[in-house]
Amino acid sequence: MSERIEQRAPGSEGEEDPIVPSSSPVPESTPRRAPSSRRGESVFRFLASGSGVLVVAAIALIGLFLLIQAVPSLMANNANFFTSPEFSTGDANNLSFGIRDLFLVTVFSSVFALVLAMPVALGVALFLTNYAPKQLSRPFAYVVDLLAAVPSIIYGLWGILVLAPAIEPIARWLNTNLGWIFLFRTGNLPVLSGTIFTGGVVLAVMILPIITAVSREVFAQTPRFQIEAAKALGATRWEVIRMATLPYGRSGYIAGSMLGLGRALGETIAVLIVIRASTSPMTFSLFDGGYTFASLIASAASEFSQPLPTGAYISAGLVLFVLTFVVNALARVIAGGKVNG
Amino acid sequence: MRYQRRAAAIGLVAAGALLFSACGSDNAGGGGEQGGANAAACGGKQNLRASGSSAQANAMTRFVTAFEQACEGQTVAYTPSGSGAGRNEFLGGQTDFAGSDSALKDDEAQRAQQRCASPAWNLPMVFGPVAIAYNLAGVPDLALDGTAIARIFNGQITTWNDPAIAALNPGKQLPAAPIIVNFRSDESGTTENFQKYLVAASNGAYGKEAEQTFQGGVGAGARGSQGVADATRNTPNSITYVESSFATRAGLGVAQVVNSGGGQPVPLTAENVGNAINDVAVTGQGNDLELDLNSIYTTRTPNAYPIVLATYEIVCSNYQDDPTGQAVRGFLTTALSPEAQQGLPEAGYVPVPDRFKQRLTTAVNAIQ
Amino acid sequence: MSTVTGADLERPASEPPTRRISLSRRIKDNVATVLVSLAFLIAVVPLVWVLVTVVSRGAPALFSADWWGTSLSGILPEEYEGGVYHAIYGTLIQALIATVIAVPIGILAAIYLVEYGRGALARTTSFMVDILAGVPSIVAALFVFAAFISILGAPQSAFMVSLALVLLMLPVVIRNTEEMLRLVPDRLRESAYALGIPKWKTILRIVLPTAFSGTVTGVMLAIARIMGETAPVLVLVGYSRAINYDPFQGNMASLPLLMYSELSNPEAAGQYRIWGAALTLIIIIMIFQVGASLLSRFSAIPK
Repeated sequence: MSERIEQRAPGSEGEEDPIVPSSSPVPESTPRRAPSSRRGESVFRFLASGSGVLVVAAIALIGLFLLIQAVPSLMANNANFFTSPEFSTGDANNLSFGIRDLFLVTVFSSVFALVLAMPVALGVALFLTNYAPKQLSRPFAYVVDLLAAVPSIIYGLWGILVLAPAIEPIARWLNTNLGWIFLFRTGNLPVLSGTIFTGGVVLAVMILPIITAVSREVFAQTPRFQIEAAKALGATRWEVIRMATLPYGRSGYIAGSMLGLGRALGETIAVLIVIRASTSPMTFSLFDGGYTFASLIASAASEFSQPLPTGAYISAGLVLFVLTFVVNALARVIAGGKVNG
Repeated sequence: MRYQRRAAAIGLVAAGALLFSACGSDNAGGGGEQGGANAAACGGKQNLRASGSSAQANAMTRFVTAFEQACEGQTVAYTPSGSGAGRNEFLGGQTDFAGSDSALKDDEAQRAQQRCASPAWNLPMVFGPVAIAYNLAGVPDLALDGTAIARIFNGQITTWNDPAIAALNPGKQLPAAPIIVNFRSDESGTTENFQKYLVAASNGAYGKEAEQTFQGGVGAGARGSQGVADATRNTPNSITYVESSFATRAGLGVAQVVNSGGGQPVPLTAENVGNAINDVAVTGQGNDLELDLNSIYTTRTPNAYPIVLATYEIVCSNYQDDPTGQAVRGFLTTALSPEAQQGLPEAGYVPVPDRFKQRLTTAVNAIQ
Repeated sequence: MSTVTGADLERPASEPPTRRISLSRRIKDNVATVLVSLAFLIAVVPLVWVLVTVVSRGAPALFSADWWGTSLSGILPEEYEGGVYHAIYGTLIQALIATVIAVPIGILAAIYLVEYGRGALARTTSFMVDILAGVPSIVAALFVFAAFISILGAPQSAFMVSLALVLLMLPVVIRNTEEMLRLVPDRLRESAYALGIPKWKTILRIVLPTAFSGTVTGVMLAIARIMGETAPVLVLVGYSRAINYDPFQGNMASLPLLMYSELSNPEAAGQYRIWGAALTLIIIIMIFQVGASLLSRFSAIPK
């Protein structure tokens, strides 16, 4: 564990890792090299860089194919794609679909989940790196990682059957006492369970491990000398965290949170099972219902038979792809190479 | 050396996986009593493929089980991929027949003519009643009529003690609580048929389209039949429409329905549903048994329960490939046999009533 | 202060001057300790809650005689019979095919990034690996649907699912392998070069074997991640209640798909199978996770 930290810490400044001068010290071609060997070298190099290119191509192709399939439906769309709250594809000759509500429900549920998960994840990461006894830190970390191993369909079932009834009183209290805040007023559902609120709590549980894992890794990389310096000044444990760990790990923590946000935006089955649909448009309340991009696509998956309606769902998928692309790119920029997704 | 030991360990895991994959079987210990009654109907293509309506999936499971028991070595793989996909795959020749919540449309019928080189028939083999299920403390039996149901599900009636409901339930204590509507949020034949009923039986009170998605404009959606049943069980004062089996399993109240003939409220029983099916009008020609479902929804027969979901098997009347025709005929014959029909009520369907079964049997026997 | 033990070193150096720390600083420190420990407890609650739910509802199924060895073929919806063999097989074979495709590509891409990659292409690749890691499974499934099923006309099959899983698996494999390769001491590489061994042989014979177990750990974690995916199976393959050994044709069950389709079973036996399958899935995933962490524990890279 410790040698890993030492190796990685200096490399964190830029893209290239100075610890690994892998390609530089070797001359590109040695005159003594046998021809078969040179062929082997070029074949191997070709395979390796080909695989790298394949990854880039995969992303490009995802965007391209989704676009190809979406365009005919977008052309046939009778509603404004960006501002219409309805998504009606029942009649292939009369499509009218828009992503306004999908976007809002997706963002509301994910951001709410993030707001819930971020402080807890921060606490857990600090607990694991700075508080838990060394021998227990590893099993504890494993326990939190276990949260990520539970498949999302299980979270969905647990969320609607077990969690939703349990947190409904909280929702009711918020709605009764804080209903004057737009987030807590009565939404477009006649009930208070199975709302964005419920979905957000489930999502928070689901993204907690990833934020924790990334933050923990970065906090553990805090340079030893900074910690020692703080201690030498007589700092308490909390002050060490505030003076050394947090300033060093802040960008990693934010990047981890962005990764968690990306995960929440794309979560499918749990959201599909938990958040209930509504017949009226979103009212900017946490007690609204509706579909996210991902849950809408999954709910229609069994009806993907005609090209035009299918294309409508694919266009929703394209927007989701762009959204997660942006969020993950931001995470990477913020992390500045400190974190591996 | 450690490298080798690890490689050996991985090899062991792989071998274990292979061993595992060799030891499974499709034959479970149980599976019910042995059939063999329909041995005469067996023969033809061994593996039939079909896909379509998920509303009839549980009935199909029973039919297939009965068929496999009756005909050694023959099987039907039914994929509940949705009615639209089922019709498309049948028209494209990927499957041998389709299960569908609606009959072939005109343009599809023409494509079917090409695919079969003969007319395709719509055979309504599976009937499932839709229950108006509710969760209302202290009201064990509730009566509603088409207009009241329509006005509840389009949001015009909002409380349980509304005069329109009270008039149908004289002498019962109805609470002043608001009605919470739970609807199916996914596209489904159940929703479509239920809304067709609302349109047909409400004298225009519903005022919405009958589509695969709920158009009523009120309430909270839940996914699938299990979803609405769970939601209704967990939400006091709520109401939904759902296949009767889900309503019973969830312990929900099931409303009695006054049909278009007026008269007494009709409870949901297999017999009462059968009464409605026996009187159905057929719009198809000859052995094509496409139904005029409005004749069920607006039935005036006393003791006929009007909210019924009918799903079709869509078959070629004359398969280009004889063994396929023989196998399809054998399968559908088995499906109509008492062995296959007797378990249907537990799965939430009604057995095909005798009078209508004769017409179906004639049609099935004519498949070539 | 006679001897210094490890425990002494771990303790904050600020122990002696406790009395000099002001009250407000001590309160802040204690509050922080309480809050941080509380956060950990909060994180454990849902985990225990989910596991207790799944185990208590799923355990009965696992002890039935047929559960591990038979399929649901010929079992009526309300019967407490049959098993999930067909779904376990589907889950494993889909993951296996995805692994066979993703691992070579992933390892080669990691080798490229660590050993060869320089300049704009390497930076782009590294960036795209992060993007790929964030692609939602439903988008991966839609892509496979659009490219292979819709445009190329391939039928739905388990293989299509595997293709979508490849996309989800690749970034995990690449990142893990990359990390392992970077940990291989350069001494090893340089000694090989000094002996005149060409670079590609050095990588194949020396670097990769050294990073082998770490890579395997990464692969197993990746497999654990993809086995629970539900979105790709929903879009890309039909459900079958019987065993289908052929991943290229026909419907094939998997544990998530079995759970999803049993949701439309009104009978109590449906719930029994859903939670039983959930517990089975968690057990399988945990086997892979525990295997991965055991491997990584016994395989520190030689210094």
